[in-house]
Amino acid sequence: MGDHPGGHQLGERLFIPGNTWIHQLPAQTKIASLLLTMLVIVATPGDRYWAFLGYALLMIGVVVAAAVPLRTLLARMTVEIPFVIFALLMPFIGSGPYLQLGPLTVSEPGLLAAWTLLAKATLGVVGSIVLAATTSTTEMVSGLRKLRLPDLLVQIFASMIRYVHVVFNEAARMSRARKARGFTARGPAAWTTLAKTLGTLFIRSYERGERVHLAMAARGYSGQMPELHSLPPATARQFIYASVLPLAAAAVLLVAWRWGVSQ
Amino acid sequence: MTSALDFKGVHFSYPDGTPALQGVDLEIMPGERVAVLGPNGAGKTTLMLHANGLLRPTNGEIAVAGTLLTEENLAKARQLVGMVFQDPDDQLFMPTVADDVAFGPANAGLAPEEVASRVEAALVEVGMLAVKNRPPHHLSLGQRRRVAIATVLATDPEVLVMDEPSSNMDPASRRELADVLLGLDRTLVMVTHDLPYAAQLCPRSVILSDGKIRADGWTLDLLMDEALLRQNRLELPYGFDPAALTA
Repeated sequence: MGDHPGGHQLGERLFIPGNTWIHQLPAQTKIASLLLTMLVIVATPGDRYWAFLGYALLMIGVVVAAAVPLRTLLARMTVEIPFVIFALLMPFIGSGPYLQLGPLTVSEPGLLAAWTLLAKATLGVVGSIVLAATTSTTEMVSGLRKLRLPDLLVQIFASMIRYVHVVFNEAARMSRARKARGFTARGPAAWTTLAKTLGTLFIRSYERGERVHLAMAARGYSGQMPELHSLPPATARQFIYASVLPLAAAAVLLVAWRWGVSQ
Repeated sequence: MTSALDFKGVHFSYPDGTPALQGVDLEIMPGERVAVLGPNGAGKTTLMLHANGLLRPTNGEIAVAGTLLTEENLAKARQLVGMVFQDPDDQLFMPTVADDVAFGPANAGLAPEEVASRVEAALVEVGMLAVKNRPPHHLSLGQRRRVAIATVLATDPEVLVMDEPSSNMDPASRRELADVLLGLDRTLVMVTHDLPYAAQLCPRSVILSDGKIRADGWTLDLLMDEALLRQNRLELPYGFDPAALTA
């Protein structure tokens, strides 16, 4: 038991130990910085193309400053693939007016929507990858707490980090047990089995939740997690460092808003 | 002398009506090491969950260190009675070993320095100080079980209640755990169907079957009573001879 491949370390595998100034910023400043930056980016109309170039340069700067290896970055960016597929479909399912691109007729609003989705999602994914690569999960939890996220949500987040691999291993064992008895997941006929296994996995996890709660109650838990790592609050200087990114993004937006409409 | 744990006529039925305990009387004195033996489904775990009020009896009463267990003194009882669960994954829910061991003392409202020294001492007691900053799920089962014991020792309980401490362990981890347990200077209640482990660790045993205490005595005496064991669906492992231990 214990050391199963897959799912193992899922919680903390994303963190890349390092010593850059981004690593050293307190988690709460990084989370706030990313959130504000993303708000600015999301608020940018898709047709301000220059703004997105500006954001992209900022993000590249952050990636370099955080020393996230390019290969790691690209590998992790694959989480975006489902959005990419959806974005690629949009020009073909959107409404008119239509554009003629070589042999293809595509919807103009669809094309713009696809571009907007891709650009914003990519920037968001890169930002999150940098956050996860420079902040350990423990810091992340205390950072969220420092930002006054409701305690219950912080606790749910923390136990998810702790138990995701347990549930994952449970699922892997169930999958092995299915295969050992000749099951292959092929075609809709297999869906019933998979759905039932999923149900069982849910019930097992739920029951584990109850046992964990008993174990917590046995050691005096009464709804509040004790604050074990009360890190010193972030200094003004650290907040200023962290605010560079959202401020720069806001400046880009302002410039693009004022002068950047491409007609 | 005040008993460490005292069950008097404890009855318990699960919400669906299944009776689990049907009048358990059991008194455990401070410093004793007692094994609660019984087959699967005998009610062993249910009994254990009563010892610090995680389950409340439908009938009967429980006293911890001479004080009757009520809703009002649950917190105190949970400090006095430390509970080690069967699956360490249920017990170890914090991101690192040190945090997990700190959970109990921190909940008790101790000062951070005191919490830190408790963590240190508890991990030393089970020989796990070296893994202090590791996440629990990176440890082997034997290590996780020892850490689980440390999480409870850190709250400085009078009584340690353990559910199947030897289950799923390889022989070496099993022996290492026995060494740790024998070295603890506490009252120990161990729920198990591992009879040799009971013989090794606990001078006294009780047999729980169908929700009642069927026998109470010296562990070796009980283990040598073949008819008694058979009646209660208990069996010695092949080749194990308790008579050899009395010599």
